Amino acid sequence: MKKFLTASLSILALGAVSTAASAEGSITAVSWGGAYTKSQVKAYHEPFTAKTGIKINSVDYSGGIAEVKAQVEAGNVSWDIVDVELSDAVRGCDEGIFEKIDHSTLPAGADGKPAQEDFLPGTLHECAVANIVWSTIYAYDDTKIGDKKPTTMADFFDTKTWAGKRGLRKGPKPNLEFALIADGIAAKDVYAELAKPEAIDRAFAKLATIKGDVVWWEAGAQPPQLLADGEVLMTTAYNGRIFNAVAAENKPFVIVWDGQVWDIDLWAIPKGAPNKDKALQFLKFSTETEQLANQAKYIAYGPARLSSAPLVGKYEDGKIDMGPQMPTAPANLTNAVQNDFEWWADNQDALNERFNAWLAQ
Amino acid sequence: MTILDRIPAPGYVAYVIAVVIAFFYTGTLIATIGFALVLGLPLFFMSELPAYATWLEKFGQYIFLLVCTCIFIFLITPVLVIMPLSFNVEPYFTFTEGMLSLDPNAYSTRWYKDIFLFGMNDPDRTEGWWSDMWNNATWVGAALNSFKFAVLSTIVATFFGTLAALGLSRPEMPFRSAITSLLISPMIVPLVITATGMFFFYAKKDVFPFFPDGLINKDLGIILAHATLGVPFVIITVTATLTGFDTSLIRASRSLGANGWTTFRKVIMPLILPGMISGALFAFITSLDEVVAVIFLADVHQVTIPRQMFSGIREQISPTILAVATILVLISIALLATLELLRRRSERLRGLSPG
Amino acid sequence: MTDVTASGVPGEITTTDGVPLKTSLARATRRQRLQALVLVLPLLLFLLVAFVLPIGEMLFRSVYSPVGSNVLPNFSKVIQEWDGEDLPPESTFEVFVKDMRAARENNEIGKTVGNLATRINYEIPGSRGLFTRSARKLKNITEGPYKEALIGLDKRWENQHIWRTLQRVSHDYTISFYLAALDLKYDANNDIVRADPLYRIYVPIMFKTLWLSALITAICLVIAYPVSYLLATLPLRTSNLLMIMVLLPFWTSLLVRTTAWIAMLQTEGIVNDILVFTQIIPEGSRIQMVYNMTGTIVAMVHILLPFMILPLYSVMKTIPPYYMRAARSLGATGTYSFIKVYFPQTIPGIAAGTLLVFILAIGYYITPALVGGNDGLLISNLIADHIKKTLNWSLGAALGAILLAIVLVFYWLYNKLVGVDNLKFG
Repeated sequence: MKKFLTASLSILALGAVSTAASAEGSITAVSWGGAYTKSQVKAYHEPFTAKTGIKINSVDYSGGIAEVKAQVEAGNVSWDIVDVELSDAVRGCDEGIFEKIDHSTLPAGADGKPAQEDFLPGTLHECAVANIVWSTIYAYDDTKIGDKKPTTMADFFDTKTWAGKRGLRKGPKPNLEFALIADGIAAKDVYAELAKPEAIDRAFAKLATIKGDVVWWEAGAQPPQLLADGEVLMTTAYNGRIFNAVAAENKPFVIVWDGQVWDIDLWAIPKGAPNKDKALQFLKFSTETEQLANQAKYIAYGPARLSSAPLVGKYEDGKIDMGPQMPTAPANLTNAVQNDFEWWADNQDALNERFNAWLAQ
Repeated sequence: MTILDRIPAPGYVAYVIAVVIAFFYTGTLIATIGFALVLGLPLFFMSELPAYATWLEKFGQYIFLLVCTCIFIFLITPVLVIMPLSFNVEPYFTFTEGMLSLDPNAYSTRWYKDIFLFGMNDPDRTEGWWSDMWNNATWVGAALNSFKFAVLSTIVATFFGTLAALGLSRPEMPFRSAITSLLISPMIVPLVITATGMFFFYAKKDVFPFFPDGLINKDLGIILAHATLGVPFVIITVTATLTGFDTSLIRASRSLGANGWTTFRKVIMPLILPGMISGALFAFITSLDEVVAVIFLADVHQVTIPRQMFSGIREQISPTILAVATILVLISIALLATLELLRRRSERLRGLSPG
Repeated sequence: MTDVTASGVPGEITTTDGVPLKTSLARATRRQRLQALVLVLPLLLFLLVAFVLPIGEMLFRSVYSPVGSNVLPNFSKVIQEWDGEDLPPESTFEVFVKDMRAARENNEIGKTVGNLATRINYEIPGSRGLFTRSARKLKNITEGPYKEALIGLDKRWENQHIWRTLQRVSHDYTISFYLAALDLKYDANNDIVRADPLYRIYVPIMFKTLWLSALITAICLVIAYPVSYLLATLPLRTSNLLMIMVLLPFWTSLLVRTTAWIAMLQTEGIVNDILVFTQIIPEGSRIQMVYNMTGTIVAMVHILLPFMILPLYSVMKTIPPYYMRAARSLGATGTYSFIKVYFPQTIPGIAAGTLLVFILAIGYYITPALVGGNDGLLISNLIADHIKKTLNWSLGAALGAILLAIVLVFYWLYNKLVGVDNLKFG
């Protein structure tokens, strides 16, 4: 018993030492994990640590501002900087969860243009600064799909021609948009249509046509896995994840860009972050022209700065040209829409309930 | 009496015929052996029925035992099946052809290595490998946290729980049933409710001494939560060792001149010690296994093994989880064996030996 | 006894120091009761802080929501004077605009326009933007008439429903979250009505949880009964060995068992492999057994089975075998003597096991979340979702309070029928 106690006490002591040591001169950056976090580590974290000596602890989460809010409300914030979706950035800012960021202090573009003009329109927010443009698309496994390839969003819902399971994100966003686009609404008109109450019924009715075949996913890492395991024939996914499965793991996946819903990701700093100044320093560094352009080397998400676009080159293997892989590439935007965060902020709570009720039926 | 005597002759013949049919149907040896075992085990356990038992009753008993065998298989298979699967060389959750034909190349310990390598900054570096592993490997960190919380919460739960059980088992205890119900309730109230309440209350500022920011995302919060969940087990087990406790032993000890402390140490303690230890083991395993409170109250610095498994299963299921699970099963077996020894000792001490 | 002291009443028995025995006994008993209580007290205090107060806090949160008065401190007082007819007077509008403008400047969590907008959005879905957008434009309104100016910003400010809701939200205590938890809501006239059928989720899920728990309990009972009987009737050495097979799963981590069931039941998993191998099903039609109701039921039965076996076993062990033999020798058939003699004696064990399993099943959350797929959505998951994801903490608390009430009813029943003292493991 005595031995056991000594052993466990020494484990405790070691544990205490190890956490204390790693907390010094470092910040905690929270992001979505998987290939996406890896691209940030390569393009932002490593150069930043090399330049300043500040270590970055990378932490994964699956989105939403719940954890940040809990930390801020408890006055016990352990995260320094968080990668959030636009709708979460707006809501978090409205509710006083994030620090305000003075845009005039952001570094100018490589061409000398001030930051306010260099960032894509709508990507600078009171409390957050965008780093990338990403998109929800759908993808299929080329070896399993057969001779006839799907090309439109309507094809995703066509379980007669392509019989098999479908992967969809467990939640109303952006499945309602997809359903309406598949039902014949042009992508650019989707939100105008969704303003009508009957459009929501229509979207749910369209989703209901494939409900029996759907495998629901929650984390961004799941869809490529579902495709690889053959659990689904087609799945919606974040375009960067599919790209990485193709480029890094040689998976035979094909992206269908028709009907894509694109969005931006932003860095935000929780109010009361323990290393606020360092976090801000990191935010400014990572959203410089060069770093944003560099990230495109590792994942197919578009940089949020105009001045970065010309610098986007090839994938890290030096073969794949990254330009056409971006959600913002002209060829990919023929039938696309930007996620309307205001519409979602208004309707998210009610639609979540309706979605859950619909799912449980 | 030998086994052969117990098995009724027609049943024996039927058994052999069934196994032979199974062999021809499946055509493989492994499947036939499995089939023979499932059908044969009940025969092994058949007891001698009274003379008046009819042939139908004997058949009934066999069916009954067959059902029980299947239930035991149902109970134990999932726990056992993950062990060989965790040595799969492929990243799948299923037996491959190679594994079934016992090809050594189909087995590997890569997932066990992965437990240590996953999360490390640079697993290929030789210099500083150990400190990198100790500080950065995700599962190692989770294990350290798990054991820290389990040990500390067990100490708290066992101390308070044993004291309370001593009080509860006194015949003079007022409001016994009401108080017992309250003390057991952490086991009954759904975890999600307990965790929600703690999530709100532990976040309060300026309530807890030394912790002006509250207990959320702090080790102490988790330890309090886990100790709360462990308390009912300690109470139940310690009270159980005290039932049938002969209170005249205390009076005898006192009349022989021992003071209260000596009496406790020399008379009560040896009796309740097995109960205390098994209660502590229950509290320990409860904490080691607990995930809901961790999800609600902890942040990244307090990730435990079950928390890590939870996100692993949710997001990217890999056989590393099976390797961790196998280790956890071995720990469970060790704890269970300890408990069984304690139970026997306790029964012997209290003269309750079932012979 | 002859030495009766002055204080003692003649004839009454006293102790050697002259106190009447009754008093002395009462004092001793009181001291012993106190001693017993003192032993329990530390744990009571510990649980009070670590467990009881947190649950109290949850119950408090389910009715207390001071967002209205936090964000609009002056308006929340003035609006109470409005009779609910027509629109509030111009003076109230003025206070509202000034309060909103002040709140717009406030960046303290809990006191921002966003907080109020979120709260109102719970009551009137889609109204969030009305608040956040109007607040941004309010700096242009510097002088009256405020009513027209506000309505000029957005037509919806003309809507009585908004103002009635604002009036209601201005109270710090509310039952709105309990209404929401019961699929009810206030309509535009402040009457309580049922929610739109498409949005009713909590009551159906609550019933689904209860129904699923009952089903799992029933399956557990059917499975556990023969096993417990076997364990209780076998010689002790054998039964101890078999008991380990019951206790090992009991001692194995919940997550380990859940993982194991995923490995067993998935389409490429072991059960399907065996079924295909034995040609019970063809290769092409492997059965979906996990991420649906089947998976939830199988895994939960496995996890809860020991809680049924152990109480049944401990009751059956005390039933002497000669009762059955006596019945048989008196001419009863096997079945008849089982039903009439054995079964009634096991009812206490059935009650204990059934209630325990049912109570535990209602609150389960991890296993359904991991193996349940779409069908894994039970009431506990909804609570966790509201606390961790959607951030509607008050609604989560209200749902928790309702679940707690249900569990306590069954716990009370358990206490009544079985008694907590009879809870044992292994």
